[in-house]
Amino acid sequence: MEEKTTVDARGLSCPQPVVETKKAMSRRSGGKIEVLVDTVTSRENVSRLARNQGWEVSPEELPDGGYRVTITKAQDVKREK
Amino acid sequence: MFSSLNRLLMSRMGPAITGAVVGILAPVLSFLGNPANMGICVACFSRDIAGALGMHRAAVVQYIRPELSGFILGSLAAALVYKEFKPRAGSSPIIRFFLGIFAMIGALVFLGCPWRAYIRLSAGDLNAIPGILGLTLGIVIGIYFLWTGFNLGRSYKARTPMGMIMPALAIVLLSLLIMAPTFGPDGTGPIFFSESGPGSQHAPIVIALGVGLLVGWFAQRSRFCTVGAIRDLVMLRDGHLFKGVLAFIVMAFITNILLGQFKPGMAGQPIAHTNILWNFMGMVLSGLAFTLAGGCPGRQFIMSGEGDGDAGIFILGMVVGAGFAHNFNMASSGAGPGAFGPSATVVGILFCLAIGFLMREKVSV
Repeated sequence: MEEKTTVDARGLSCPQPVVETKKAMSRRSGGKIEVLVDTVTSRENVSRLARNQGWEVSPEELPDGGYRVTITKAQDVKREK
Repeated sequence: MFSSLNRLLMSRMGPAITGAVVGILAPVLSFLGNPANMGICVACFSRDIAGALGMHRAAVVQYIRPELSGFILGSLAAALVYKEFKPRAGSSPIIRFFLGIFAMIGALVFLGCPWRAYIRLSAGDLNAIPGILGLTLGIVIGIYFLWTGFNLGRSYKARTPMGMIMPALAIVLLSLLIMAPTFGPDGTGPIFFSESGPGSQHAPIVIALGVGLLVGWFAQRSRFCTVGAIRDLVMLRDGHLFKGVLAFIVMAFITNILLGQFKPGMAGQPIAHTNILWNFMGMVLSGLAFTLAGGCPGRQFIMSGEGDGDAGIFILGMVVGAGFAHNFNMASSGAGPGAFGPSATVVGILFCLAIGFLMREKVSV
């Protein structure tokens, strides 16, 4: 069963989207987290954080002009560079 | 060529490239007429604008600095071209206004914003060191609040005119600079322009505006931020923005040497005082206020060009704060801190701590 966490960081100013994402990541060893943001800067910052921590990142634009950054990491696989 | 420049600015190298460009251009602006070690200082320049508009009467620091209008308009242009212009507002504006006031008071106790702290260091002014240490401590205190749930609340999407207020203000300021109208009964100001002192020293308008536009564009694309740099390095071990600060200091150092503007020492530095304690404490206040508000003063100008009304409110707070700082004898001078600078700094730090402790909530998940 796939667990999914959603972090709604829309409208939060820098660096809170990153802080909230980091908190969500540190609560679990892997899986899937969806982060909602509304600026390109937040999208980039969240993506950079997740990549640095060894998560897979896939951002997409939403119809309302915001972004959903889906970050995933296999729970049982070691991080590979 | 345009799109490859943009790719470069948005890459890992972006902040470093912007930092290098600012590092070269700031000393050049001093060489061309801007005050010494103040090629670009976002706080000092906001203070000069406050003075030019008659919000304080310190006759030596009154001038409408076109660089700052350039920041907003350069950022606006980049944001429009790359579809990042997003009018938004509503994240505790009144608190941001006061954070702007106190950030400015702290900066004027030190005599410079983070940008100028780095410029002063690169020109050999060793008084910048306690300032930068204080800045770092202020940011670290801010990080503690960020980790423990500090949050000024969400901003919300707004309509286009909201995002155009600050760019419009930038244009109004430019027109006031060029036309220099006199509204007073005896044909006097406002607008006030200094006849002596730092306010009377400025690079040619076209060059200053050009540099402002260029830096505004580059900083918008690369998210260059001198406070975020230290914050991300300490908080996330992420050196992305910090490379920008390093490039800034290194290039400003080289440029200052080439232009004969490098003079190491503490005493007799231009527009600086040697009081270590209050150089340190002023920047503790600024660093904390900037961190709680989400970015250095340069970054606030850039964000206001992207349509961020809350950043605009912070800037207006800085301008009002500059008025208070000079009218209430809180700003420092070459002789040392103003009579009420230290107590205002303590009040400001207490204000920021109160905001940091009281504005906490759980956001998500």
